[in-house]
Amino acid sequence: MVSRTTDDYQALALAGCEAVCEPAFWAGFDRSSPQGFYDYFSQLTEYEPRRAAKFGIRHFSWLCINPKEADDPVFAREVMSLIPQFLGAATVLGIGEIGLNKNTRNELAIFEEHVQLALDHDLPILIHTPHLEDKLKGTRLTLDALANFPALDRAKVIIDHVEEHTVAPVLEAGYWAGLTLYPHSKCSLDRAIDMLEVHGPDRLWMNSACDWGVSDPLAVPKCALRMKARGHPAPAIEQVIHENPRRFLSQSPRFVLESLTS
Amino acid sequence: MTDRAKLLDLQFIESRHLLIELAAFLDRMDRHAGNGDYRFDALKNALPILLEDRPDRAKAILEALSDQSAEPIPQAAFQGAFGAPLPLQTGN
Repeated sequence: MVSRTTDDYQALALAGCEAVCEPAFWAGFDRSSPQGFYDYFSQLTEYEPRRAAKFGIRHFSWLCINPKEADDPVFAREVMSLIPQFLGAATVLGIGEIGLNKNTRNELAIFEEHVQLALDHDLPILIHTPHLEDKLKGTRLTLDALANFPALDRAKVIIDHVEEHTVAPVLEAGYWAGLTLYPHSKCSLDRAIDMLEVHGPDRLWMNSACDWGVSDPLAVPKCALRMKARGHPAPAIEQVIHENPRRFLSQSPRFVLESLTS
Repeated sequence: MTDRAKLLDLQFIESRHLLIELAAFLDRMDRHAGNGDYRFDALKNALPILLEDRPDRAKAILEALSDQSAEPIPQAAFQGAFGAPLPLQTGN
């Protein structure tokens, strides 16, 4: 939510949102030094939870160097060396969003090192898949790389931003799949519902893109309304927008949804 | 879940609108001067999939607009994505 205004937290609270989880991601520009990431990780683990709490919303985060800035391995490893000191923060759930952007060798190497970091600390993993024409290849490379980690518990890994051409291999390999909702350009509300209907809701999770581009923090509740209009019963909607993310995220002992006022 | 009649009530006008928007985009491109472009070629090449009798047209169109190569590239020349594979990325 670092790219969003406080009004977005207010809107989320009004829509009944109990918690948000925010992956470390691109700032809209490449940061000039690893120290910039130290400040960013501090923002994610200290300031954003306080900002969200003003609206009764729990804020959780995932930490990493995002794929767009991971193509310089020396820089990326310097940033990664900062991460362990933040993993003790009370709201850090795991490592993410790691993965590939342009499907380069260096991105792949840094991705694998992040997976090992998560394994070393027994943390869930949130994986970004590339955009548009790069998504299919990037998803295949990601699945191939993950297959080389026999110790990985696939139920603790969510591969995000799936679309119709990538959702099946992700689910068939035993991972969770994330449907990231956008107003334009990527997965729409109706297409996400289509994938739920075709593949079943067991390990699917919807999330609202909240980044620097045109995106909508209320995409998930809007999708819930759309599911209702398409005849999905209330328990099915509740499973997808609430129970599934809670089931996955509860694999981190830090994911607690008790009232902030209690 | 719903049935076809209810889906049409819910989405026919929106789908009609999207179809006309696409047709108008093709007309607009034809009406203006300029060179050929791999993105426009990829879009037109994917259009016949819409009329194929299959249950996974969205998947097929996404695949048609995807980089089909298999190996990681040595280095990225840029960070973004444009929606269709560059001619050198087709894997053919």
